[in-house]
Amino acid sequence: MAELYTVENLRLSLADMTRKPLLGAAPRIEVLRGLSFSIAKGEIIGIVGGSGSGKSTLGRALIRLLEPSGGSIRFDGQDITHLGEEALRPHRRRFQMIFQDPMSSLNPRHRVGQIIAGPMRLHGFDQVEARVVQALDHVGLPRGFAQRYPHELSGGQRQRVGIARAIALEPEFILADEIVSGLDVSSQAQVLRLLEDLVRELGLTLAFISHDLSVIRRLCHRIMVLYRGEIVELRQTAELFADPQAAYTRELLEAIPLPDPDQRWI
Amino acid sequence: MSFLSVKNLTLRLRDNRAPLLRDVSLEVSAGEVHGLVGESGAGKSMIGKAVLGILPRAVEIAGGEIWLDGVDLLALPPAARRKRVGGLAALIPQDPLTALNPSRRIGPQITDRLVDILGWKRAEAEARALDLLGEVQINDPARVMRQYPHELSGGMRQRILIASAFAAEPKLIVADEPTTALDVTVQKQILRLIAGMQARHGTALLFVTHDLGVVSKVCQSLSVLYAGRILEQSTVRDFFAAPSHPYSAALLGATPKYTDPEGSLTPVPEAIIAGLRAEIAAYDEAHHG
Repeated sequence: MAELYTVENLRLSLADMTRKPLLGAAPRIEVLRGLSFSIAKGEIIGIVGGSGSGKSTLGRALIRLLEPSGGSIRFDGQDITHLGEEALRPHRRRFQMIFQDPMSSLNPRHRVGQIIAGPMRLHGFDQVEARVVQALDHVGLPRGFAQRYPHELSGGQRQRVGIARAIALEPEFILADEIVSGLDVSSQAQVLRLLEDLVRELGLTLAFISHDLSVIRRLCHRIMVLYRGEIVELRQTAELFADPQAAYTRELLEAIPLPDPDQRWI
Repeated sequence: MSFLSVKNLTLRLRDNRAPLLRDVSLEVSAGEVHGLVGESGAGKSMIGKAVLGILPRAVEIAGGEIWLDGVDLLALPPAARRKRVGGLAALIPQDPLTALNPSRRIGPQITDRLVDILGWKRAEAEARALDLLGEVQINDPARVMRQYPHELSGGMRQRILIASAFAAEPKLIVADEPTTALDVTVQKQILRLIAGMQARHGTALLFVTHDLGVVSKVCQSLSVLYAGRILEQSTVRDFFAAPSHPYSAALLGATPKYTDPEGSLTPVPEAIIAGLRAEIAAYDEAHHG
């Protein structure tokens, strides 16, 4: 299978503003410490880790919302590691993101139709109205929702709008960053099912970030476990669950409360 | 005799009289951990808020009784009610960041309630706060008392709110999704901590959550809610062996389980939702129509 992403020795450090001296530069924190991996076209990869493990930073580096401080990221054969904003623009449409909190990532003053149409207009799409309708159909929202405001929707519906906005641009890659952690179990199940179907139907490649391995199991082909900015395990999903190698993976697994009063847990 | 007894509680919005809780009854014994389970909007948090007397202004109590330690709270005048609830019950809130005042140090945020509402001496309250911060496994409690919320991690802040909830030795604590904002490993530490504190202090717990995995670990009994109606009440053992309401079974099927990927994350079937809606409509027709 062809690779969509090839990442080599990726490093990223950010300024630690909490320890910045009055004069002079803030010390740097190494958030990503040399990651190497690839993502195949059509693959669903899960990125798992606790808070501070660097999973969101990695996601943001992949879609170049952050610039790496070392190593390289190749997207569909082209090196995008240090491309400037101008050079990135033609690629931007091709990798999209769905955010964790749909309330703060959807403009409260815009109707759903405008929210989905906005990025398409920016990228010069034609027949925007028809595409908005198509995107709503894809995510299973009634067409009349184009006239509604985000506050009129439930959490699960808002997250569908976020998905519709991303897929409307016909991207090749989607980054989903903790997109179900704010939802209750039944909406969680709906959104994950929807994503599963869309990936198959539209031939997308997906990176799904989560702190919860049980959410990820059904969806992902492969799982990457991050701990303090390093990959501690990267394997096929079934293998990882059958026989977790890293101590940190086992710790993550054991922390999940199964709906079963007989599980030894506390 | 139950320590908390909610009888036929009905809540509605003040402006359009839309019902939020419909004839809800439940019993919690002293020292018991009772789970309130349901989707967002089911009314599970509203029950806890009604018990503590902290309902939003837009919500009114349209009927029912709330008995706490042998007294009907709703029959008391507001001041007497606040005093009674303040001495007997406390809250562990969902979001540890918004529940703490960002511009004040941790110490006074724990001790103020003890001093101002319960009339403790300040030195007494401070000693108690130090003890409790130790009990929730915070290193160097004296230093943390002087810190501001932004200097602490999410897990640390939740520990502080737990210490604060236990400060006045309440007999009942409402825990409103206390771990939803935390990642799984921190969630486990916090739940372990709450369970340990609850057992040591013999506190009854009303545990609001949408996560049946969490319920199976910390609760002894539970109520399943949908649209402000209680669909099922059961012990945790019986519930997980065989839930009696089809919606409860569907909720279990939707819960992610890494041990059974094919059998989990199944959305609640439309037919079950339609059946529930019809039930609720019939209830509203009978009671308000």
